[in-house]
Amino acid sequence: MAIEARNVTKRFGDFLALDDVSISVESGSLTGLLGPSGSGKSTLLRVIAGLETPDVGEVFISGKEATAVAPQKRGVGFVFQHYAPFTHMTVWDNIAFGLSIRRRPKEEIHARVTELLELVQLNGLGKRYPSQLSGGQRQRMALARALAAEPELLLLDEPFGALDARVRKELREWLLRLHDEMHVTTIFVTHDQEEALEVADNVVVMNAGRVEQVAPPRELYDEPANPFVMSFVGPVNRLGEAWVRPHDIEITHEPNGVAQEAQVERIVRLGFEVRVDLVRDDGERLHVQLTRNEAEVLELAPSDIVYVRTRVERTFNENGEPTRPAPSSVS
Amino acid sequence: MTARRGIRAFSLGYLAIILVAPVGLIFWRAFEHGIHPFWAAISNANAVHALKLTLEITAVVVPLNTAFGILCALAIVRHRIPGMGFVNALVDLPLALSPVVVGLALYLLYGRDGWFGHWLLGHGVQVLFALPSMVLATTFVSLPFVVREVVPVLREIGTQQEEAAATLGASALTTFRRITLPAIRWAVSYGVVLTTARSVGEFGAVSIVSGGIAGRTQTLTQYVQASYENFDQTGAYAASVLLAMLAITTLLLMTVVRRGDRSS
Repeated sequence: MAIEARNVTKRFGDFLALDDVSISVESGSLTGLLGPSGSGKSTLLRVIAGLETPDVGEVFISGKEATAVAPQKRGVGFVFQHYAPFTHMTVWDNIAFGLSIRRRPKEEIHARVTELLELVQLNGLGKRYPSQLSGGQRQRMALARALAAEPELLLLDEPFGALDARVRKELREWLLRLHDEMHVTTIFVTHDQEEALEVADNVVVMNAGRVEQVAPPRELYDEPANPFVMSFVGPVNRLGEAWVRPHDIEITHEPNGVAQEAQVERIVRLGFEVRVDLVRDDGERLHVQLTRNEAEVLELAPSDIVYVRTRVERTFNENGEPTRPAPSSVS
Repeated sequence: MTARRGIRAFSLGYLAIILVAPVGLIFWRAFEHGIHPFWAAISNANAVHALKLTLEITAVVVPLNTAFGILCALAIVRHRIPGMGFVNALVDLPLALSPVVVGLALYLLYGRDGWFGHWLLGHGVQVLFALPSMVLATTFVSLPFVVREVVPVLREIGTQQEEAAATLGASALTTFRRITLPAIRWAVSYGVVLTTARSVGEFGAVSIVSGGIAGRTQTLTQYVQASYENFDQTGAYAASVLLAMLAITTLLLMTVVRRGDRSS
């Protein structure tokens, strides 16, 4: 199911949640809406679901104008940020809800719920109440409930936001597999750039109610459209007019003509990744990311004097548009 | 320890003097000469009619205020209708206003020269000194209870479950029946119990609009007063015991409801 939002504007009192937003989502794709809190990403998702009506603009579902269509008639599955379980119903009844209100035959409901419980790995927990489930289980129940009536569009609002790191990772992988199997058009909201880059095949970056860039993850990271995207989709060093990713800085012990002197301030070892904080001789601070192997070869220690040079720098003009990547200090 | 004991002794003593002694005395006086005088007093035709009338009024008022209370709470919490803040405040009026004032207002409104009374009498509808005015008065005084119980629960459960039901294809009515109502059912039950208690015990407003004609427009509370004024002390005590027993039944129901609430 292809989705298009055209020039959507939505205000809540004085707050401009969406400011002339247009996006288009291909049928069968997995799209991430990425942005800081208050950027309008959840509002856009709710406009697509029909839970909010835009003040201006239109929503098209499968090419048909659907701005005023009730959420009941949009054929969407929506997973809420805090899962919104029906607290007085068992897990089984929660999942069966969409089918039972459609008055599907009992045998069909039974078969479908059994299948879904299996799919979300909640077999045997059908008789429990949502309050008796862990966060991750509740999340999977919410997914099963949203999928029960076979929606053509699956919308997820910060689906992994409230879970601990390990469960998040598991569920992300699980969502990817699920999408590969079911090919249902999926849009999810997240404020976590890593999550967006890992899961989505297309990312919409939002900020202050506007769309900053729409691109596949790799393009987003390598060719950010403006300073906001550059700094939001990954860590960045700001060196005068230039923007440099921490892994695009090289550290050597020997001055190399074009390298600049810097002093090691702090070293943090995070397993495979090693983060080095440096102060350049001109006073600029730098954050550098090394692999463990690189760090071992360098044998760095705090207060060492080293030499740094940047491999790739990015610059943006006064309108925030990217100028051609500056030739790095050494070519 | 002594402080705690002191607080306990004070509260028990207070309850004994304010609550237990008067109610106990009523029971003692009613059964002072055994069960027979009591039975004779409450099987008196006027007493039976008063009990029936009280239950009739309650049977009309409680469903009315329950339906209104749920709708009103939904309007206050769920729909951003302009003026609902004012309605929310207005709902509390019956709690603040003396029932006597309510009775007087109804008397003026539905009397022979009242705004509504004049027109209604012209069409042959007798409101004052008849069942309709007594129902109106009781509805007025018992109006806030369901609203007040349901509003905070609706606020607490939020809109997400209802929105989830909508995205799953449920109509507004289905969502109310399958999602909202089960979530507020204990609050509604609690409100119903309070409304019932208030309706059964209503005296002030009803005594002004009913006329209090024995065997016709006399409720059980009015029967107690009339018997007492006519020096029929046994009758007054017996009817009081009946009222007290209705109240105790309501309290027991309330305890059951509370227990259900906690277990859910």
